[in-house]
Amino acid sequence: MTTDPTFGTSIDFYVILASILFTIGAFGVLIRRNMIVLLMCIELMLNAVNLLLVAFSTYYGKGDAQIFVFFIIVVAAAEATIGLSILIMAYRNQKSTDAGLFTNLNG
Amino acid sequence: MSIELLTIIIGGLTIGAALMVVISKHPIRSVLFLVVTFFLISSLYILMNAQFLAIVNIIVYAGAIMVLFLFVLMLLNLNKESEPKTPKLALFSSVLASGILLLVLIAAFKDSLRLQHVRLPQQKQIGLVENLGKLLFDEYIVPFEVSSILFIASMVGAILLAKREKPIID
Repeated sequence: MTTDPTFGTSIDFYVILASILFTIGAFGVLIRRNMIVLLMCIELMLNAVNLLLVAFSTYYGKGDAQIFVFFIIVVAAAEATIGLSILIMAYRNQKSTDAGLFTNLNG
Repeated sequence: MSIELLTIIIGGLTIGAALMVVISKHPIRSVLFLVVTFFLISSLYILMNAQFLAIVNIIVYAGAIMVLFLFVLMLLNLNKESEPKTPKLALFSSVLASGILLLVLIAAFKDSLRLQHVRLPQQKQIGLVENLGKLLFDEYIVPFEVSSILFIASMVGAILLAKREKPIID
């Protein structure tokens, strides 16, 4: 493993990039009220984690982390399906996708 | 030099597209920027020699999941007036909270990595279908089968949730 001063292909670049992407996803979850956009921000955070896993897979020269990314994609697909069907059901009931309207689920 | 520059440019574009996902008002524009983000992340995978994951990312994320999101958006018929507004105080506090989150993340990783600019090794073999397939069907065969059960469960759940006709929330 050689050290050189270039930033673009170093592991630090990917760590910082994944941190920024994860923060953008969390920021979106905090500021947006539309449920579809909330689901998309969750996908964005999952992708930040995937990027970091692939970077460290290349860093250590093992493929196991890439298999984990594969499973994360599988779980994200299942999660998006269930989330969108819940969203369709909620829209049918209250004609809006505002996440703040779900306070009547308090019981 | 050119690879480094290309990686930095693609990383910057990824951050820009991700920000546009969050701040654009119309949900369809958000979905399209998210597709752009996924393509840029796939190109970063290619630059890291993870070819199989790049293709899977494009097919599954940009192809399947985002088309599902677009279908739902067109089904729901949302427009700009129905977009819920965020209060000013919530906007301010979430900017503050995510800024602090970014600060904490960068500080934690900076201490653990010591930012020594270690170059990523060029391994061209591990990201190929052959090696990942051997790993997946050899060591990780049990999680692979469990994920198929997860898919069946989510399929049944989605059909059950979306086909209900009567409202269950008063």
